[in-house]
Amino acid sequence: MDLMEYQAKELFAKHGVPVLPGAVAETTEQARQAAEQIGGQVVVKAQVKTGGRGKAGGVKLAENPAEAEEKAGAILGMDIKGHTVHQVLVTQASDIAQEYYVSFLLDRANRTYLAMASVEGGVEIEQLAVERPEALARIPVDPRSGIDAAGAAEIADAAGFGSDVRDQVIDVLQHLWTVFTAEDATLVEVNPLVKTPDGKVLALDGKVSLDENASFRHDDHAQYADESAADPLEARAKEKDLNYVKLEGEVGIIGNGAGLVMSTLDVVAYAGEEFSGVKPANFLDIGGGASAEVMANGLEIILSDPDVKSVFVNVFGGITACDAVANGIVHAFELLQERGDSVSKPLVVRLDGNNATLGRQILDDAAFPLLERVDTMDGAARRAAMLASGTAA
Amino acid sequence: MAIFLNENSKLIVQGITGAEGTKHTQRMLKAGAKIVGGVNARKAGQELDFTEFHPDAVLTVYGSVGEAMEKTGANVSVVFVPPKFTKDAVIEAVDAGIELVVVITEGIPVHDTAEFWAYARNMGNKTRIVGPNCPGVISPGKSNAGIIPADITESGSIGLVSKSGTLTYQMMYELRDIGFSTCVGIGGDPVIGTTHIDALEAFEADPETEGIVMIGEIGGDAEERAAEYIKANVTKPVVGYVAGFTAPEGKTMGHAGAIVSGSSGTAQAKKEALEAAGVRVGKTPSESARIMREIIQNG
Repeated sequence: MDLMEYQAKELFAKHGVPVLPGAVAETTEQARQAAEQIGGQVVVKAQVKTGGRGKAGGVKLAENPAEAEEKAGAILGMDIKGHTVHQVLVTQASDIAQEYYVSFLLDRANRTYLAMASVEGGVEIEQLAVERPEALARIPVDPRSGIDAAGAAEIADAAGFGSDVRDQVIDVLQHLWTVFTAEDATLVEVNPLVKTPDGKVLALDGKVSLDENASFRHDDHAQYADESAADPLEARAKEKDLNYVKLEGEVGIIGNGAGLVMSTLDVVAYAGEEFSGVKPANFLDIGGGASAEVMANGLEIILSDPDVKSVFVNVFGGITACDAVANGIVHAFELLQERGDSVSKPLVVRLDGNNATLGRQILDDAAFPLLERVDTMDGAARRAAMLASGTAA
Repeated sequence: MAIFLNENSKLIVQGITGAEGTKHTQRMLKAGAKIVGGVNARKAGQELDFTEFHPDAVLTVYGSVGEAMEKTGANVSVVFVPPKFTKDAVIEAVDAGIELVVVITEGIPVHDTAEFWAYARNMGNKTRIVGPNCPGVISPGKSNAGIIPADITESGSIGLVSKSGTLTYQMMYELRDIGFSTCVGIGGDPVIGTTHIDALEAFEADPETEGIVMIGEIGGDAEERAAEYIKANVTKPVVGYVAGFTAPEGKTMGHAGAIVSGSSGTAQAKKEALEAAGVRVGKTPSESARIMREIIQNG
């Protein structure tokens, strides 16, 4: 879960990483009030979860509250790389003597944590890592021992921070490490970390990603879940605890197991190349269990997607046998009818694995007019693509 | 032969008294796994009757992994405890010096996994960890540690390593006419214990395994690193499959680790890396299965 800059800075402030005073605003009026409270020159910054805000015109300096109101008006509602700006951060402006970079992140490849730091901040760090790798210090951090003052000093010295800021940077790194561990983050990044003309070190921007698996020990993280930005179908799916991702296509997909569903998307896309380029409309993993209720909820979401022209249910019966899955599908049809959402689009079902014969028989006996059974994954994908393209009889 | 798990493996179940632990203890016993006990500190001393699933299976619940090992000679633990307790459960198993811990539990905070992995490494890697968030390890006809259905396939000459559960089952089903030495589900979390490379190394050394199927998915660079390893170290034929060609950037596809970030972690990059290492990669699971079958039958 990626946070907005203002949310990241809230966590920075909570754990002692120095940030400038600021307030988030959703209207121009709120932006003006925030500027009044802060006093003096302020920066109005678009709050979106993407980079390149500055270049897109989403960060503007304002000399006074009236100007802050005007700048917020220009930024709110702006589209930055497909993200609509609903909030701005109004924060005290600061002069910059020098820009740095520091971060802690999960290093998947080495199954450990990594500290990264550079005295050349303010630029795209991926670009710096490629163009001038020697300018970016990378220090592995043992998850058991963590970062103390000596560990922070090692990072600061590896990056070559000057004696003018070294102590402050060591301090910032220790507090940033606390954000990383205490909040169960997978990334905490400050770019830029700056030195002001009077020699103070401050986090001028912040990026934090939190681990959703850890939400059971962070009740306060629920506030960061971003319901509004999600696709409306994704939001509804989330309410029903469905593992659903909306895509741009015409074939609705339901499957059990993340890998099998990903594979199903691919197989449908390949099959679609033959049929006017139809594509999968979504990712939906109903999990190993594949219960009737989950199946009904999943079907309901997919059938309500106006882009969907056909649905492919691809289940490999493992722990939940195919007869249980078939009963689930039958029950799902009944549930949908009770809810007044009868199945209105063709459905191709492929059942294989544990008790496949029994499961197929149950579907055949139910004899739903819009349900077709195809017994191989490739064949079923082809049929679903054909139906979605409208070329099937 | 088989890798990681064989007919002599003695299993204990951490979290045997929970719903999942109970259900899968029954299934593992039916599949012929030698389960010798369970662990739950709060229910130590209880006797659990699983004789419906195996005539000898009256299982004692021990207070700790160490005690269970001492009393039963167990060398494998299968972990079903809930996410908040998993880190401590795995550290306890590592402390006891068990050979293999298979962590089935899904939804573990990645900081916890990073920590128990670091703990095992700092202890000298004496304990192999498989998972978390994985279906486990099965050596068909010999033993089963986890939730992989035992009746899909019988013992045979293919080794399988996969990030995904149901894709593992699908591949086992496609190649059930040949059968498998061992199937290892390594899990789709960002941090895992046993990697593709660890399984490849073991399959290369296993005389029963003639060919290896490797299933990957988007996210991270484990497949790319496995490709480098194969090029340098694996002489047996390897057939690959990668899921997620159509996955859009920035969207997590079910597994916490399955996400394309920028240009890294794409299925295309993984396929190209594997092919450059001489691995034949099928476009679909059934195509990969076909390639493997040809190799074994023409072998």
